[in-house]
Amino acid sequence: MDLFAEALDGALVVRVGEQRIDAAIAIQFKDRMREIAAQPAPRVVLDLSAVQFVDSSGLGAIVSVMKFLAPARKLELSGLTPNVQKVFHLTRMDTVFTIHAAFPEQKLQDAV
Amino acid sequence: MADDCRLPEREFRQTFPADPMLVRSALRAAVARYMRRMTSEEAGTMELVLAEVLNNIVEHAYAGRKGGMIDLSISVTGRGLEVRVADQGLPMPGGVLPAGLAPSLKMSGGTQDLPEGGFGWFLIHDLTQDIDYLRDGRTNRLRFVLPLRREGAVMPESCPIASALGSD
Repeated sequence: MDLFAEALDGALVVRVGEQRIDAAIAIQFKDRMREIAAQPAPRVVLDLSAVQFVDSSGLGAIVSVMKFLAPARKLELSGLTPNVQKVFHLTRMDTVFTIHAAFPEQKLQDAV
Repeated sequence: MADDCRLPEREFRQTFPADPMLVRSALRAAVARYMRRMTSEEAGTMELVLAEVLNNIVEHAYAGRKGGMIDLSISVTGRGLEVRVADQGLPMPGGVLPAGLAPSLKMSGGTQDLPEGGFGWFLIHDLTQDIDYLRDGRTNRLRFVLPLRREGAVMPESCPIASALGSD
């Protein structure tokens, strides 16, 4: 399970290096996230920009991490690829999570 | 439309043990087989639906039992891909297809009320057509259509190669 955590802008950013969060690794993912989340940070941002595929087991694992962190801490998501975005949209989970296009937010170029 | 005149793909068929890692490789192979006739969104949908169906068999029909086999076959029809899945695990609860209602996201009790499961059958029903389940002796048989938007799923008879094959 390839997860890389760093402190950034007051948040603990966890970058998922796996291409898939699916039934085959959902339990490992949950366990590793619990270990990583032992580091104190008010916000945890899960960066999914390398993840091409999430199934309902992977989605359930992400929800369980959110519940594990609550109520003291929040799980936010960033960098959803199109297929992953679709799963969150179909299940309406995109209404439950704060989702960033990227984290930290890329600065918009000055427009006139 | 030269695009509509491609040779139809052979039927895809794989029989493999009910194991999460083998499910992964089977569904990757199935998606790869039909990649050329799908948009990337359709390929993502196909991968998701197959993952939900096959993982349900691993987790529920065989309930983690080792040695169970899954038989997956896919063929091209006029409307998209017809998928047939068979296993010799436990029957569906009550012998019928699960309803597939979307789990409620109401959080009156806070975040802890959020569901962690129950999305699988909702996604399967939402993304497929003509889904049908049959308990056939000791075998579960599931059949459904994955609709493909792109025309030309069936090679028209007007294609030179189709008539050439027909007269062979």
